[in-house]
Amino acid sequence: MTGTNVIELDNVSKWFRRHMGPKLVRDHIRDLFRTPADQRFYAVRNVSFNVARGERVALVGRNGAGKSTLLSLIAGLATPDSGAIRVNGRIAALMELGAGFHYDLTGTENVLLNASLLGLSRKRARELYPAIVEFSGIGEFIHEPLRTYSSGMVMRLAFSVASHVEADILIVDEVIAVGDQQFHEKCIEKLREQHREGRTLLFVSHSPGVVLEFCDRAIWLDHGEVMADGPASQVLSVYSGHSAGV
Amino acid sequence: MWRGDTTFVLENLILKDFRIRYRNMSLGVFWSLLNPLVMMVVLTFVFTLIFPSPSPDFPIFVLCGLIPVNFFGMAWSNGTSSITDNAGLIKRVPMPGEIVPVASVLSNCLHLLIQIGLLLALTLAWGKSVNPNWIWLPAVLVLFVGFVCGLALLFSGLHVYVRDTRYAVESANTMVFWLVPVMYSHAMVPRQFVGIYELNPVAAVVMAMRDILLDARAPRTVLMIKLAAATAVMLMAGHFVFSRLRKGFYRHL
Repeated sequence: MTGTNVIELDNVSKWFRRHMGPKLVRDHIRDLFRTPADQRFYAVRNVSFNVARGERVALVGRNGAGKSTLLSLIAGLATPDSGAIRVNGRIAALMELGAGFHYDLTGTENVLLNASLLGLSRKRARELYPAIVEFSGIGEFIHEPLRTYSSGMVMRLAFSVASHVEADILIVDEVIAVGDQQFHEKCIEKLREQHREGRTLLFVSHSPGVVLEFCDRAIWLDHGEVMADGPASQVLSVYSGHSAGV
Repeated sequence: MWRGDTTFVLENLILKDFRIRYRNMSLGVFWSLLNPLVMMVVLTFVFTLIFPSPSPDFPIFVLCGLIPVNFFGMAWSNGTSSITDNAGLIKRVPMPGEIVPVASVLSNCLHLLIQIGLLLALTLAWGKSVNPNWIWLPAVLVLFVGFVCGLALLFSGLHVYVRDTRYAVESANTMVFWLVPVMYSHAMVPRQFVGIYELNPVAAVVMAMRDILLDARAPRTVLMIKLAAATAVMLMAGHFVFSRLRKGFYRHL
């Protein structure tokens, strides 16, 4: 780890095979007798970049370009098949709307469960609980089971928990796109506040507005490879020019 | 990289399992008590009025077998499917994956404890008195739960790769029910098979519980050593296999 970098990726690749889903014994037996045609496809291919402390980086690209896989690799959810990833600091990853939420549990129960999964201690979770509920704007519904919530409310609660985790690096995958305008602005404001506190932000967004408004830097991924990396406005104009051309 | 509070996560996951299971049951925890009681009554009828009874204290005798075997079956099969059931958690939340199968086993422990409470109450009602060897019970149960945690780690990892694992576990559970001395006594097992019987930790737990509650004596040292050894080996094997397999979870879930 050199200098001020909090994330370093060095030639990172991750591949999948087409038939890699759930397998029964008979599938394993069939695989034994079948010569494997190498159907690897690379979700992430030879990606190298560094992120310095306090940077706000957006990952842009089409669906299936490898953005989520790359975030999962950085968050430590997946291991790279080649290359190396070094992360210096604590990560809070908001990869999916309410991952780990359970619809039969109440808001309160989900907040505590999620806070523990994201790495908050028992003590900090209790201390931050009022602030989390306050930020989410759920109000009295916090004592009701999650299945009575609208999808926007679930999102607000999920974002609220993740944004209160004291992490050095916040990873957000496309989730701030949901919710109403008012809450959206609240989220952006919260992310700004985190930036002022010196946190590093890494997020995927399909909204050029958010990227331009909020990020210093953007990385454009296509077919798992880095196409452009630089100031957000430049990368976005290259990316949108390319998309228009297709 | 994950620097969270493992016991806090465990506590929340156990509470989650428990709440989900009981919130939709009008009789709640009462179900934990009803099932072994009904089985005890039915088996007592069969084994005192139809077949010759293997023990004068048959109701207690059979509960000493039913409770560990039921726990074992539930915890093993829940543990096996725990990783695939919580795929969203494993793929999307960076935290140590081992917590998930262990939490699934521990959430079954609440039932186990309730049922052990029932067993102790019935033992006293049957006319047996509290004896100092009851202090062996926690040791036996802790080793037993540790063994099942190791088993759950191993099989939950395998289940991600081979999705029939759960069915194999269910069949194995039926065999366990008959191969563990639940309805017959350990003494009735032909001598040449006794050594093999004692290697089965579930059988060892049943024997130890009968020693403690019915015969008011400490479980044999050899039996406890075998149980402790089986637990240690299974925990190490479970941890080893799980940490190897875990690298591929992201791809196979």
